Amino acid sequence: MTKVCILDYGSGNVGSVNNLIQFLNYECKISNDPKEIEKSTHIILPGVGAFGAAMQKVKNKIPIKKLENEILKKNKPFLGICVGMQLMATTGEEFGEFEGLGWIEGKVKKMKSKILPHIGWNDITIKKDSKIFSGLNEHKDFYFVHSFHFDLKDKNLVVAETEYGEKFCSIFQKENIIGVQFHPEKSQKTGQVLLKNFLSL
Amino acid sequence: MKKRRLIPVILLKNGYLVQSKSFQFYQNIGNPVQAVKRLSQWGSDELIYLDISGDDKYDIERDDLNYKNTPIFLDIIKKVSKVTFMPITVGGKIKNLLDAEKRLAVGADKISVNSAAIENPDFIINLAKEFGSQCVVISVDVKIIDNKYKILSHGGTKISNYELEEYINIVEKNGAGEILVNSIDRDGLGIGYDLNLLNMVTDRCKIPVIACGGAGKWQHFSDALSKTKVDAVSAANIFWYTDQSIYLSKKYLYEQKHNIRKPDLIEI
Repeated sequence: MTKVCILDYGSGNVGSVNNLIQFLNYECKISNDPKEIEKSTHIILPGVGAFGAAMQKVKNKIPIKKLENEILKKNKPFLGICVGMQLMATTGEEFGEFEGLGWIEGKVKKMKSKILPHIGWNDITIKKDSKIFSGLNEHKDFYFVHSFHFDLKDKNLVVAETEYGEKFCSIFQKENIIGVQFHPEKSQKTGQVLLKNFLSL
Repeated sequence: MKKRRLIPVILLKNGYLVQSKSFQFYQNIGNPVQAVKRLSQWGSDELIYLDISGDDKYDIERDDLNYKNTPIFLDIIKKVSKVTFMPITVGGKIKNLLDAEKRLAVGADKISVNSAAIENPDFIINLAKEFGSQCVVISVDVKIIDNKYKILSHGGTKISNYELEEYINIVEKNGAGEILVNSIDRDGLGIGYDLNLLNMVTDRCKIPVIACGGAGKWQHFSDALSKTKVDAVSAANIFWYTDQSIYLSKKYLYEQKHNIRKPDLIEI
């Protein structure tokens, strides 16, 4: 039985993610309680805002050791959304340089486009097959809103790319760990399909 | 490729969805939650929800209508965010960080600020620092006075000291994520966007610009998309009197080869 735990560090749009998961009829809790993290089958780290501020809040509010045990050792499916994806990096360069969780090697850098933030619907190009794409039709549009992107060291982990001024990683996957730069909870039909696929992992 | 956006604006006055003309005349046209559900089903890209009530009263005390009115603005937003899975911008009466936080907490993704930013442009800096630039939409109401574009505040009732270019520079410099440009002169008239105004704004800033004010037919969206560099076109009145309006307008633009998301009807 799927049990979702949405981590809440105080700057994510946890409500929106929760709304969608409830709508899809899954059991879901918003919690940072180590017991809830342990009981869950799937863990989501949502995110809105700047890297440094978000990382500080994560350090203050989330039991990182416990989380690492569940995800890196027990291999529970984990989804990081937007800043939640970026936080898995080694470092981030938004308003100074900050250390991230360091689960995935790479840097979060400012995008090169002339017009920023990158706001709106954009499509993804699949680079590597993954179960999370199952059932998506040819129009793979998702809703993005960000000015920074995650530049992964190991490009083999990039499963989808998106273009905005430059090509950047819009989805990465390292076994049970997935990061998406867009907001599936705001991406209507395509977002729902992708989130359902994640929850079926 | 990133698509340009079509955004319905929902004007809410005292708990009811209204139509606006010249910032002066308002007509009740229905239940805000149901309306949003429909827009969502018609494949809207995003929503802008503006509270234009002059006071904090959201119940017009009518029980002769066949639906229940939701009197509290934040409750309306909360209900709306449960039935739609697209980005929602909420504006109106945001004077401080707490006002913004309250709206984000009930499901808004972005907040739109108008008068408070004119009175104190540093408010934009504080909002961007606290919630990130991507969260901050600055709404700018513009009126032509003595052949100049002037910025007005308080729902078009107060003329500020700012002229357009000066104010746009400040807004961008202080960290806004988007600018919503509304032409008071064209509000509710359906005669097309003020393309000259839009070009002046997009020429002066590097953040996405949303056009508003004047759309009366699908062609007007097309004009703004082909003749200006706006990232999004928005409108209110035009969407309320046609079934599947969003879907049909997107279909029109898609067939004209505009770079927008493929029109789709969504079951929710």
